[in-house]
Amino acid sequence: MIIKGKVHKFGNDINTDDIIAAKYLVTTDEKELGKHCMENIAPDFSKKVNKGDIIIAGKNFGCGSSREHAPRALKGCGIAAVIAGSFAGIFFRNAINIGLPFLESQEVDKINDGDLLEIDISRGIIKNLSTNQEYKTQPFPQFLQEIIAGDGLMNWIKKR
Amino acid sequence: MTYTIAEKILMAHTGRAYRQAGRAYRQAGRAYRQAGRAYRQAGRAYRQAGKKDIKPGEFIEAKIDLALGNDITAPLAIEEFKKAGFKKVFDHKKIVLVPDHFAPAKDLRSANQCKILADFAREQKIENYFEVGCMGIEHALLPEKGLVSPGDLVIGADSHTCTYGALGSFATGVGSTDLARAFIDGKCWFKVGSTIKFIYKGKLNKWVGGKDLILYTIGNIGVDGALYKVMEFGGPVIRHLIMDDRFAMCNMAIEAGAVTGIIEPDEITLDYISEVSRSQGLKVSKKKIAQLKSDKDACYERTYEWDISDLEPQVACPHLPSNVKPVSKLKDIRIDQVVIGSCTNGRISDLRIAAKILKGKKIKPGLRLIVIPATQKIYLEAVKEGLAEIFVEASGVFSTPTCGPCLGGHMGILAEGEVCLATTNRNFIGRMGHPKSFVYLSSPAVAAVSAITGRISHPDEVR
Repeated sequence: MIIKGKVHKFGNDINTDDIIAAKYLVTTDEKELGKHCMENIAPDFSKKVNKGDIIIAGKNFGCGSSREHAPRALKGCGIAAVIAGSFAGIFFRNAINIGLPFLESQEVDKINDGDLLEIDISRGIIKNLSTNQEYKTQPFPQFLQEIIAGDGLMNWIKKR
Repeated sequence: MTYTIAEKILMAHTGRAYRQAGRAYRQAGRAYRQAGRAYRQAGRAYRQAGKKDIKPGEFIEAKIDLALGNDITAPLAIEEFKKAGFKKVFDHKKIVLVPDHFAPAKDLRSANQCKILADFAREQKIENYFEVGCMGIEHALLPEKGLVSPGDLVIGADSHTCTYGALGSFATGVGSTDLARAFIDGKCWFKVGSTIKFIYKGKLNKWVGGKDLILYTIGNIGVDGALYKVMEFGGPVIRHLIMDDRFAMCNMAIEAGAVTGIIEPDEITLDYISEVSRSQGLKVSKKKIAQLKSDKDACYERTYEWDISDLEPQVACPHLPSNVKPVSKLKDIRIDQVVIGSCTNGRISDLRIAAKILKGKKIKPGLRLIVIPATQKIYLEAVKEGLAEIFVEASGVFSTPTCGPCLGGHMGILAEGEVCLATTNRNFIGRMGHPKSFVYLSSPAVAAVSAITGRISHPDEVR
């Protein structure tokens, strides 16, 4: 799976209240959730995102609540993938379960806001087309990749 | 091989997955020519599931004992379940649905979400659906109803599901799709986490309890200090800790990134379980519970050992639960609101401590005190014991159970610039309202005394 998009950069410990505030958890509509994505910490975020863009963040991305509305809001506003130093446990499983591609990388510091990236999720390769750098990371185990590539856990269960 | 208690529970729940994978393996074998790839995959699953041991980092599928959802997470799970074309849940006795976050419904859209739960519960004959009037904050309610036992494997579409680790169960927060999947076949995938052991020694000071211990711990290791890992709490201090304080500790394991927090069951756990079982007419196996221990030479990723004899009440400052300071270091932090409640500290012993401090006193004029018992049972106890009267006489409000203000839902939203001291579990930016409001976290004792003084204070300040 190859994803190409522009970078929106965030820091450490981006929590699920940052990604989607609880007051918007009265809908399951991804598009509607997407409009309020990152609202508390970056008010115009959803307007700046173009479909296919990528989030780069530091450690512990998605910490806090279990709300699956968080990865869904990211998808809903057009984010195609997230690359972070590390991911919080429940966000990790939610992203897999709903088929939001992501990678862990220890080289996120080398990527700047606005850079153009091309990432190969299944091989764990991140190409920075703006700086001509390439970063390799550990791709996810086969089990998880099948779920992500199959567009989430429910489709995986149905196929089984 | 030797194992921790968390590993033992996970291992005990992979048996059926093993048999099912075996069946898939044999079936795939028959269709070998057509399905060579499926054969190899099923074979791999068979060999993995067949392992008699378990290793950190490994991915497993396990059979769960209980799956929980609330008015925010379950509607999404129900939608996914139906969208995938499934008609019937795997076991109507093993699903719990609690409308508690935005309930009693705060507005029309919340009312719709609560209705989705009620309709699904009726349609699927789910026994453990708790309507307003019977409900409570889920993580206080489930143990109280005897729905979680030591050794159980519990998933909940709520991050604070880890609370039940206080009973010696493996309980962890998951997402809505995980819940939808559990509705289908009663299973869940897990990444096995290594365990970090926390040993607390010494003697707790007056006014210092479980909440202070966990805040101190998170302050020490950080919000990702136990990422993907299990936090096992032990040592002499834990052995003397009452259940309410143990729940508060395990509840906040997620704030350090942990998969779960867990405490080996002991006499205190058994007494609690026995009392609950009596009141709910359930049977428990004391022998089974007594065997639930980590092996003596179990492998821990790391062990922290602290003497907490000098520990004073702890406060987490904005905007992370790890930004923890002893209360004496916080000078002149003026507050607009105090909330005593939540799945962390809305239990009867929490309300008793707060009432002891507030008895015969008035809160600072202009400040708002909101006290929220976590369940109907706790509510009634607080009324009978005269605690509700103490809060109202002090000019506080005494509310029906709800998660409400903790996540900025209702019943105490903060305006721009306002400061709140809460006994809840998170103080992220905008957590309780306006993005420019501020949340401090503490024990009920610190919260109650601070409501009187109008600034964050040590409980000894008021006599």
